[in-house]
Amino acid sequence: MVTYILQRLGLALLTILAISVVSFVIIQLPPGDFVDTYITNLAASGSAVRAEEAAALRIQYGLDQPIWVQYWKWLSRVATGDFGMSMEWGRPVLEVIGDRLWLTIVISIAAILVTWGIALPIGIYSAVRQYSIPDYVFTLIGFVGLAVPNFLLALIIMYFGFKLFDLNIGGLFSAEYQLAPWSWGKIWDLTKHLPLPAVILALAGTAQLIRIMRANLLDELRRPYVTTARARGLPEWRVIMKYPVRAALNPFASTIGYLLPFVVSGSIVVSLVLSLPTVGPLLLRSLIAQDMFLAGTIVLLLGVLTVIGTFISDLILMWIDPRIRAGMHG
Amino acid sequence: MGEPILSVRDLETFFRPDEGIVRAVDGASFDLYPGRTLGIVGESGCGKSVTARSILRIVDHPGKVERGEALLRRGDGRIVDLVAIDAKSAEMRDIRGGEIGYVFQEPMSSLSSFHTIGNQVVEAIRLHRAVSAKEARDRAIELLQLVGIPRPEQRVDSYSFELSGGLRQRVMIALALAAEPRILIADEPTTALDVTTQAQILELIRKIQADRNLAVILITHDMGVIAEMADSVSVMYLGKVVESGPVDTIFHAPRHPYTQALLRSIPSVLAEPRSRLTTIAGSIPHPYARPPGCPFHPRCQNFMPGTCDRSAPPVTRLDPEHEVRCFLYEAPAEAVA
Repeated sequence: MVTYILQRLGLALLTILAISVVSFVIIQLPPGDFVDTYITNLAASGSAVRAEEAAALRIQYGLDQPIWVQYWKWLSRVATGDFGMSMEWGRPVLEVIGDRLWLTIVISIAAILVTWGIALPIGIYSAVRQYSIPDYVFTLIGFVGLAVPNFLLALIIMYFGFKLFDLNIGGLFSAEYQLAPWSWGKIWDLTKHLPLPAVILALAGTAQLIRIMRANLLDELRRPYVTTARARGLPEWRVIMKYPVRAALNPFASTIGYLLPFVVSGSIVVSLVLSLPTVGPLLLRSLIAQDMFLAGTIVLLLGVLTVIGTFISDLILMWIDPRIRAGMHG
Repeated sequence: MGEPILSVRDLETFFRPDEGIVRAVDGASFDLYPGRTLGIVGESGCGKSVTARSILRIVDHPGKVERGEALLRRGDGRIVDLVAIDAKSAEMRDIRGGEIGYVFQEPMSSLSSFHTIGNQVVEAIRLHRAVSAKEARDRAIELLQLVGIPRPEQRVDSYSFELSGGLRQRVMIALALAAEPRILIADEPTTALDVTTQAQILELIRKIQADRNLAVILITHDMGVIAEMADSVSVMYLGKVVESGPVDTIFHAPRHPYTQALLRSIPSVLAEPRSRLTTIAGSIPHPYARPPGCPFHPRCQNFMPGTCDRSAPPVTRLDPEHEVRCFLYEAPAEAVA
């Protein structure tokens, strides 16, 4: 088992290294180098940089050296937490990202929990009572939910929230906490603001998950071990919850890792509409502004978080699926 | 033999999918006695398994027990009709596993691979007996020992996929016996196993039957297994019991043309080398296109045009224990009419 975990850990580190290469390439993509951009920026604001000053800057940042040396230097800086400067903001990248990364994680997890909380019970019900009227109703709602773009839903809810209840739904914080340092009051404020964006973000995935859960469970319900459980006198709901639902849930553990990038990239428009302080809109803006240190850093951080998520889902699968544990010995 | 422990009369179980109606069990009757084995034999799809599942009321959707009765003499002497009580009732659940244990055909897929075998055996025990978790575990280990699983105190924590097919079928038997039922239904218990293991499993069932005075319903398509195990035999064809009687009568004086054909199709070690194996002509009709009259008539060597394809043959009692459902043996007066 230890071998397996170490193996997974090794693979995870390799993947992170590969992601760092991709991020570095992204940073290098725009024509010219960092100093060129810097000079252009300064020129735009009216001050000029002398040629020897530019050369000194190039040496300082190692831009006169071969690309792999630059990569290594960049990687070494990243390892110490120095992700470079954001062109657009003129501040260190990490400072710009700030709380956004953690807020993204919090809102993603909240959205995932809401998705599962709604989708799994409905999926189970739909499978167990296949072709009943509620099954058809849920299926209809599910497909409508699948078809309606999330941002539209967000706009509609905001509109009615404002019109009917005089609520301002956008953002994750009230105005007085927007810039305030973290405190219990701010956390409570976040908790109050979290449910609505979480539900809106969750709805797209919910429809899909209902269908997946229903299909998985329908497959499992026909298996002989279900009849065996029934034949020993187990009450029907315990038959279903203990055996086929258990088996149908298993595939979900392996999707935990992908959920984070899914929520981040899938929610950019919704985040813009709801003005959520997540990394999605920031990534979009940095790409438009060619703010490559910022964009590269966001890609790197998301990549690393995905690898960590996948590693965690591997561990969970190992914990819940005896067949995987058995495979590790063999 | 005394009173039957289970008495099935005119049991009918139909499946009604959108395409039509399948009469999976179409008037099956038989009696089961403590300590005896009833063999139900027939080709695949003749309704053997559905008959057994109908008794436990665990027929899968869209199947439904439509008519008939299945009278079970319970441990306390009461007689209950399993067809009449609600399939979801507490009493029915009490009977499943508690009075009637069921061994399934597929030991590979009939156990959950997410739970240890101990977990499943303990569950079966505690559903029917008020014992602590610790006691139940001890009993589970005893049961595994009883069914011949080596190192049961370790095996109790294994998963089904870690065991061989033979061991898994032994676990299935342990599961069926967990709550000490008085009836054991073994549904093709050896079909998925190799011949050596097959013999061991049958021997195990026989030994447990003798120890516990179990009434056994053995479902199989294998006449050899029937000859070895059964006291009495019901031969099924397309949902109907076409002939029933003591095992010796069925093997030495079969009356129904289907039974005779089944017996002819058993390979014999005394047969001429390289001679062809006798088969039953034709194949089982499609369930939606059931032949009129006697369902066997298209394949029957003694087919009587105008009789067998017109109406269904009644049951003829040849002697107190031997019944056959065929026009060949109908009382002459009725045949003329």
